[in-house]
Amino acid sequence: MEFAELIKTPRVDNVVLHRPFMPRVEGTLCLTGHHLILSSRQDSNEELWLLHSNIDSIEKRFVGSLGTVIVKCKDLRIIQLDIPGMEECLNIASSIEALSTLDSVTLMYPFFYRPMFEVIEDGWNTFLPEQSFKQIESSTDEWRLSYVNKDFSVCPSYPPVLAVPKSIDDETIRKVAIFRHAGRFPVLSYYHKKNGMVMMRSGQPLTGSNGRRCKEDEKLINATLRAGKRGYIIDTRSINVAQQAKARGGGFEVEAHYPQWRRIHKTIERSNILQESLIKLVEACNDQSHNMDRWLSKLEASNWLTNIKEILTTACLAAQCIDREGASVLVHGTEGTDSTLQVTSLAQIILDPTSRTIRGFESLVEREWLQAGHPFQQRCSQSAYSNSKPKWEAPVFLLFLDCVWQILRQFPCSFQFNEHFLILLFEHAYASQFGTFLGNNAFERRKLKLPQKTVSLWSWVNRPQDTERFLNPLFEANSLVIWPSVSPQSLLLWEGVFLRWNRSSKCLDEAYEEMIHIIEHNKELQSKIHTFGGKEQGYRKDIIVSPLTLDSA
Amino acid sequence: MEYIRTPKVENVRLLDRVSSRKAPVGTLYLTATHVIFVENVSETRKETWILHSQICSVEKQSTSATGCPLLIRCKNYQVIQFIILQERDCHDVYISLMRLSRPEKYEELYCFSFNPNLDKEDQEQAWNFIDLKAEYNRMGVPIQLWYITHLNRDYGVCDTYPTVLYAPTSATPPIIIGSSKFRSRGRFPTLSYYNHDNHASICRSSQPLSGFSARCLEDEQMLQAIMKANPGSEFMYVVDTRPKLNAMANRAAGKGYENEDNYSNIKFQFIGIENIHVMRNSLQKMLEVCELKSPSMGDFLWGLENSGWLKHIKAILDAGIFIAKAVAEEAISVLVHCSDGWDRTAQVCSVASLLLDPYYRTLKGFMVLIEKDWVSFGHKFNHRYNHLDGDPKEVSPVIDQFIECVWHLMEQFPCAFEYNERFLVHVHNHIYSCQYGNFICNSQKERREQRTRERTHSLWPHMWKNSTDYMNPLYRPDHSQTQGVLRPDTAPYCFKFWRGMYNRFEKGLHPRQSVIDFLMAVKEETQQLEEDLEIHEEKIAKLEKLQVKHNKIKANPRDINKHLGVSTSDNSIANTPQDYTGTAGIFPSCSSSQLDEESSVLILTRDTLKSSDPDLSTNSDQESGVADLNCRSPSGGDSLPSEDSAKDPDSDEAANSAA
Repeated sequence: MEFAELIKTPRVDNVVLHRPFMPRVEGTLCLTGHHLILSSRQDSNEELWLLHSNIDSIEKRFVGSLGTVIVKCKDLRIIQLDIPGMEECLNIASSIEALSTLDSVTLMYPFFYRPMFEVIEDGWNTFLPEQSFKQIESSTDEWRLSYVNKDFSVCPSYPPVLAVPKSIDDETIRKVAIFRHAGRFPVLSYYHKKNGMVMMRSGQPLTGSNGRRCKEDEKLINATLRAGKRGYIIDTRSINVAQQAKARGGGFEVEAHYPQWRRIHKTIERSNILQESLIKLVEACNDQSHNMDRWLSKLEASNWLTNIKEILTTACLAAQCIDREGASVLVHGTEGTDSTLQVTSLAQIILDPTSRTIRGFESLVEREWLQAGHPFQQRCSQSAYSNSKPKWEAPVFLLFLDCVWQILRQFPCSFQFNEHFLILLFEHAYASQFGTFLGNNAFERRKLKLPQKTVSLWSWVNRPQDTERFLNPLFEANSLVIWPSVSPQSLLLWEGVFLRWNRSSKCLDEAYEEMIHIIEHNKELQSKIHTFGGKEQGYRKDIIVSPLTLDSA
Repeated sequence: MEYIRTPKVENVRLLDRVSSRKAPVGTLYLTATHVIFVENVSETRKETWILHSQICSVEKQSTSATGCPLLIRCKNYQVIQFIILQERDCHDVYISLMRLSRPEKYEELYCFSFNPNLDKEDQEQAWNFIDLKAEYNRMGVPIQLWYITHLNRDYGVCDTYPTVLYAPTSATPPIIIGSSKFRSRGRFPTLSYYNHDNHASICRSSQPLSGFSARCLEDEQMLQAIMKANPGSEFMYVVDTRPKLNAMANRAAGKGYENEDNYSNIKFQFIGIENIHVMRNSLQKMLEVCELKSPSMGDFLWGLENSGWLKHIKAILDAGIFIAKAVAEEAISVLVHCSDGWDRTAQVCSVASLLLDPYYRTLKGFMVLIEKDWVSFGHKFNHRYNHLDGDPKEVSPVIDQFIECVWHLMEQFPCAFEYNERFLVHVHNHIYSCQYGNFICNSQKERREQRTRERTHSLWPHMWKNSTDYMNPLYRPDHSQTQGVLRPDTAPYCFKFWRGMYNRFEKGLHPRQSVIDFLMAVKEETQQLEEDLEIHEEKIAKLEKLQVKHNKIKANPRDINKHLGVSTSDNSIANTPQDYTGTAGIFPSCSSSQLDEESSVLILTRDTLKSSDPDLSTNSDQESGVADLNCRSPSGGDSLPSEDSAKDPDSDEAANSAA
């Protein structure tokens, strides 16, 4: 097989591994097609299995004949391997380099991975669009499922099934698709049961510099308005950026043609700027100097929290339009595959209690990210340590997860899942044995036959024994809309991701354990008292009541 | 009374700084001790109470069409803005508050009129709640190494020290007196903390009067004696907590620092903590950041960096860690001083003690620590916190910084502290409130002169009584985190802005659900369940017997379900959106009427449910007596945030709504 050619030295003895917060391990290093394995052969705990696809970059150093390879991972961990022998070291380094940058998707580990667990519920079929639409159908008949994109010819980045206004036929939709960036015509993203308002998303309208219009487009989005009501268009670009887009054939909805819509521009940065922000943030977190000013200024200069604030604010605004203003909303940026999805998915976290459950959140990720055509493969192919100049890489999904974490911090009892679940999704988006995050859209996934050839992350996560560690012990269903604070004082650095490998989390983990203990103990007592109650009732049935003794009791 | 120019102003509006919510209209009352604002809304009549002693500054701003704005900044970091219709009324309130917030005589302080209805005996008893002699016994100070000296019984040796002090056995009275003459303000080296495990100790003093070359045999003997009280050690550390430059400058004034050559047994170490003036300015800058109206992330982080505040906090914690390490790991005694030995020295000694000894991480232990390292050793509460109108250059947030260090440790070691953040905030509040006599005056001597033990009340028993409110549910005495020495990480990213302190009145900025309160409720319920379970067990045992006897009896059916779910059902907190538009007036329809029909029903935070202070109930009783507020000082006017909320059901909505 192809991998053998890439592995110049499959195994080296007497390699020393240094990892954050763990004692050094000496053992044998083995390279396989997909893993870097280090085993001390003494104790299975002292093993390292690292997916090549998790490796972001490597560095080599030599002191005499002792070589050192520093492996920087996409999950932000940095490990060090001391390899005796210059040749071995060079071989290992170049092999890792080659194996971690394979071109072909079909060579990736998910195509080779065979689950060690029994798949009870196939995650590839857990969240079908027809199913989630049933929910909506039960409260409104204004929407229908359209199969106009069933062969991906109308919009290659959309799934085959989409929800559109019932009054709009497929022919009209085809015309609208031509008027929208990459064929991304406005589709239903979220239906707010409370007041029947909707959130839609799309690509930018292709008005161009001469102000083209499209009657069908206007008709489509107007079909979602109530009589006499205005809607809001949230453009995730600043007015300037949107203006500039006209020159390249893009643009925005002008007042004159969309008189029933009010446009609001917000400024969510584009992908290359976000990638740079991530790189700077991680660099700041890894800075070893003990200088407070330097830390704060680097944190500020990274702009990471500024991006968080901007994204959250825009999502809150969308939610506010829907819930407080009772208006329908259309969200788009340029392509409608990045900032648009951040906004629509976060707005749902705010508005919809279901999306704060584990299943609901998975469904949200499936609908608003995977099906909606967020190009995971392009965005997540490199992380913060990459030396190559970013092309399409950007931490768009990580920013979304970070925003969810911020809301979770502010409403610690309103989410069924915990922080670990968010970190899990971050890890798997960048490197995984599961096929869920492979490909850039539904079309690519179908071509790759992912459902047939790989295992879904959901198949694993949703097994009860595996779900357990992602459950938030504090969860209490909260049916309300939750409005987060977006003030700088309220936004925090996500330590669980960005400081995970820099500081020991032992004490915080212990606190978490203690918290679970307190709650479990309470539950135990409650069930005990229930059984006692039952017992008592049983006795009471047997005994005839005497009013006199009842009083004295 | 004579300073109140106008006891009552009507049609005053209270602006909310964070939210753009419509400002409530109400009546402003000035009493001898409080400013009270009562909203006009008849069903709630929400009250806001501000103690005069909490007022840091009053600012009259230029009159606009809507009225005359009056900005009140409080020492507990509350900022309140009123709009008063008539310029003349505003001026009267301003002039009155200027005087009322700057008492000139001790008698004017609230603690001398505050009366929680305790009889004399209880009052006296309450002062004995914290006993420092017992504390030194608890530390296990051995009599063969240390002895109690009464040399200072009439404050003759040092008027800022307490009467009872510990000295190393070989330090004879002449040595002590000689050493005291060689130290600023007579503050000779004396025992602050003794580590029972290895005899190492933390001692404290002021700077030596060494100038460029002076030396003092007794002082050298004193340090020798301290080292000898740690048998087996070959040297001791002398930690000067000042930046080296500052210490050197002091030499020109005949003060300075120990010359290693003159003291045979010391290792000398500078730890650069800045002086009170730098700290005061730093806090000022940080508070300006907190007050920014809708700052950008960049504004905020830049301002935070520029204030240097977290850098100073880190310096204090680093110093504490250095000393704790020397004592615990090297078994070496440490003498700590700064200039006078009552600010930085107090900070550093108490941080080190807290790191070393789990006792100080308990509720009672923290009270003891404050009494020991701050109150008894003459931290100048009066000057630093401006209880009496004085030199503004003497004011500095010294104990605030210590309390913040404790908070940072709590963040890193969530299971190690018996008390919670609320406790720290309330202690901080009372340091400034002057409601209790603990933090009045600058020294024990002054407190004796003022007879504070007879004329005022002690805070600690009061807080102890409400201890359930201050408990950390994650604390377990047998937890591994609780045991032994704390070894915190002091990488810069471990230091965060303390929102719970400096923005604590901006409730819209805080998490809407509190994990601590949630867990407290669960624990409370658990306790109830345990009791119930016992009753059930008894009952079932009885029933079993009865059944055997075929007696005709029925047990009282207990409502089991009563407790189920109690813990959390009230935890649903509604809130309202902030201004997310960034542009005013995007939503023409945005109205407060629509706002809150929904949320007013739902809002509830723990604070409304739990409120500790019994004073509180006094306050709510007074709701009905609003009319005569201006003629009597309320007996329980405590203006802690939780109490505010308890006073009125609406307050959380007010605080939360940022829209």
